[in-house]
Amino acid sequence: MQWTSHLISLPVILPLITGTLLIFINERRHEFKLWLNATGVAVTLLVSLLFVALIEQGHFPGDTGVYLSANWVAPFGIALVIDRFSALMLVLAGIIAVASLMFAYQRWSRVGVHFHSLFQYLLMGINGALITGDLFNLFVFFEVMLASSYGLLLHGQNVTRIRAGMQFIALNLVASFFFLIGIALVYAASGTLNMADLAGSIAMLNATDRALFEAGAAALAVAFLTKSAIWPLGFWLPVAYGAAAPPVAAMLVVVTKVGIYVIYRLWLVVFAVDAGSSTGFGDALLFWGGLATMLFGTLGILASQDARRVASYCAILSSGILLTLLGLNRPELAASAMFYLVSSTLAVAAFILLIELTERIYSPASRLLAITMEAFASDDRSRESAGFAIPGALAFLGLMYVGCALVLAGMPPLSGFIAKFGIVSTLLTVSGDAGPALYGWLFVALLFVSGFCAIIALMRLGVRVFWSSGQNPPPNLQLSEASPVMLLLALCVALTVNAGSVRSYMDRTSLDLTSAQNYIEQVMGAPQVKRGSTKSEAER
Amino acid sequence: MELVMAIAIGVLFSSGIWLVLRPRSFQVIMGLMLLSFAVNLFIFITGRLWLDKPPLTTAPGPIDPALYADPLPQGLVLTAIVIGFACTALYLVVMLGSRGLTGTDHVDGKEREQQD
Repeated sequence: MQWTSHLISLPVILPLITGTLLIFINERRHEFKLWLNATGVAVTLLVSLLFVALIEQGHFPGDTGVYLSANWVAPFGIALVIDRFSALMLVLAGIIAVASLMFAYQRWSRVGVHFHSLFQYLLMGINGALITGDLFNLFVFFEVMLASSYGLLLHGQNVTRIRAGMQFIALNLVASFFFLIGIALVYAASGTLNMADLAGSIAMLNATDRALFEAGAAALAVAFLTKSAIWPLGFWLPVAYGAAAPPVAAMLVVVTKVGIYVIYRLWLVVFAVDAGSSTGFGDALLFWGGLATMLFGTLGILASQDARRVASYCAILSSGILLTLLGLNRPELAASAMFYLVSSTLAVAAFILLIELTERIYSPASRLLAITMEAFASDDRSRESAGFAIPGALAFLGLMYVGCALVLAGMPPLSGFIAKFGIVSTLLTVSGDAGPALYGWLFVALLFVSGFCAIIALMRLGVRVFWSSGQNPPPNLQLSEASPVMLLLALCVALTVNAGSVRSYMDRTSLDLTSAQNYIEQVMGAPQVKRGSTKSEAER
Repeated sequence: MELVMAIAIGVLFSSGIWLVLRPRSFQVIMGLMLLSFAVNLFIFITGRLWLDKPPLTTAPGPIDPALYADPLPQGLVLTAIVIGFACTALYLVVMLGSRGLTGTDHVDGKEREQQD
């Protein structure tokens, strides 16, 4: 047992400790709370980056790090598993968390109590859901994630948030019941909840158990697809994103992507090539559901007048594209899908944060409407004095807006274009000379149409926000609010410049995912720590 | 016994679903609670129904698993009860907040324009 094995539990343990410590610090010392929170988030991000580095150096056997909690061997205890996919998602979640927290510094962390604790618990739930290798443990981390997202959604309570929060909670509770039913059915059919064990044993199920297992998998999928806002189950998303405070909405983008991550993980590992007659289970549903989601997102983007709704429908559109890609049942597409996932998550989060800044351009009268009752709770003077106002605020906002729009619509030269280009080129390559089947072309067509519609809608919104705003005083912009947007967009630019190396990492990730045998062997064969040898091993 | 359990779970599920689809938040929370009871019972029976079989053993050495009930669903159901209970309590708080701020217990936060 090396020290790096214990490190695997850190993305869960660290936010738990930090969040709990933060409860006991008085709200009046919010600067201190913020720094403690920021330190926790930064360390979590550094640990995630360290995982990527360790995996790339071949530190873990089979490039898969396994931590047996309480030293129980794999199918019986809960194994925490870190591989390329979960490390990538951990880094992504950490980056968005850093940006949201920086953004929340000026105002949003002060409009209610316990923002910082809830933020840490949300991070704990997200990280836990990403690294756990056990279905029931996944449920527990999902609930941790959701419970804190309920709290954060209500943060700075006003009527809109309470109303949205009540619907969000009711919907997610029902989805959680589906999750539990799915877990129960999977356990009844296969007798195990460990994902690696499931993937290994699914081929050997008899017909009755297989039917039960597939019913369970379908119930699980309902829970995850609700989270990732597939078409008939995604109506909560614009409401929740629109009502939440911007830093919270940016974190909700990650929560949505966790739903996608889990579906990818389960479908690529469990229903992979070795699944017997269950291979490719539910692919048609994922494909057509994903297409419907893309269509719904595209129409939503076109129909929305409000910038936040445009951002929400952009998130729905990206969910739709990712689900359709999974439904195409081409493991080769996984790398392109991951590139798109990273790029679109960064862009949607940046866009959501940016919207709040652009809303200040509007005339004072409409500004009064936009500022809800939490403005009365916040200390206006401290807001004015903290940070440095950026000169040329309007030009800066405009530039950032163009950057976001380019990535979201998938226009060259930024990462959105590379992601879409990667998807289409991989699709054309893997389907050979004959070209993809009709439904493949349908997807490609919808991909282009949705990008085109996104350009139209974003252009219309941009013209309204920046050019027809009249003679208003330039918006008051603080460095701590502008820099997170800059950071996220700079990462999109970095993703474009370093597309080659990022893409090759994702190619390896996709290879790991599709060769599930390695994952199964590493998790199931993870050695227990012998009682006597713990000390000597630790010294080495 | 299987029939009784199946009927109980079915009745709980159907009343829960009906209540969740109602417009008043109090009905919704009752529906959520019934659903959580149904789900908990459902998890419990995935270890199959046994009579007079303990889930744990204190006997040293190897045992005959056929003499014991499956302990895992019982562990799972305990966790599920706690989490379901906590989330329902949270929903109750939000419901009271909504009632206080909007002055109505409709799930949309406002009454419909035309009452039927």
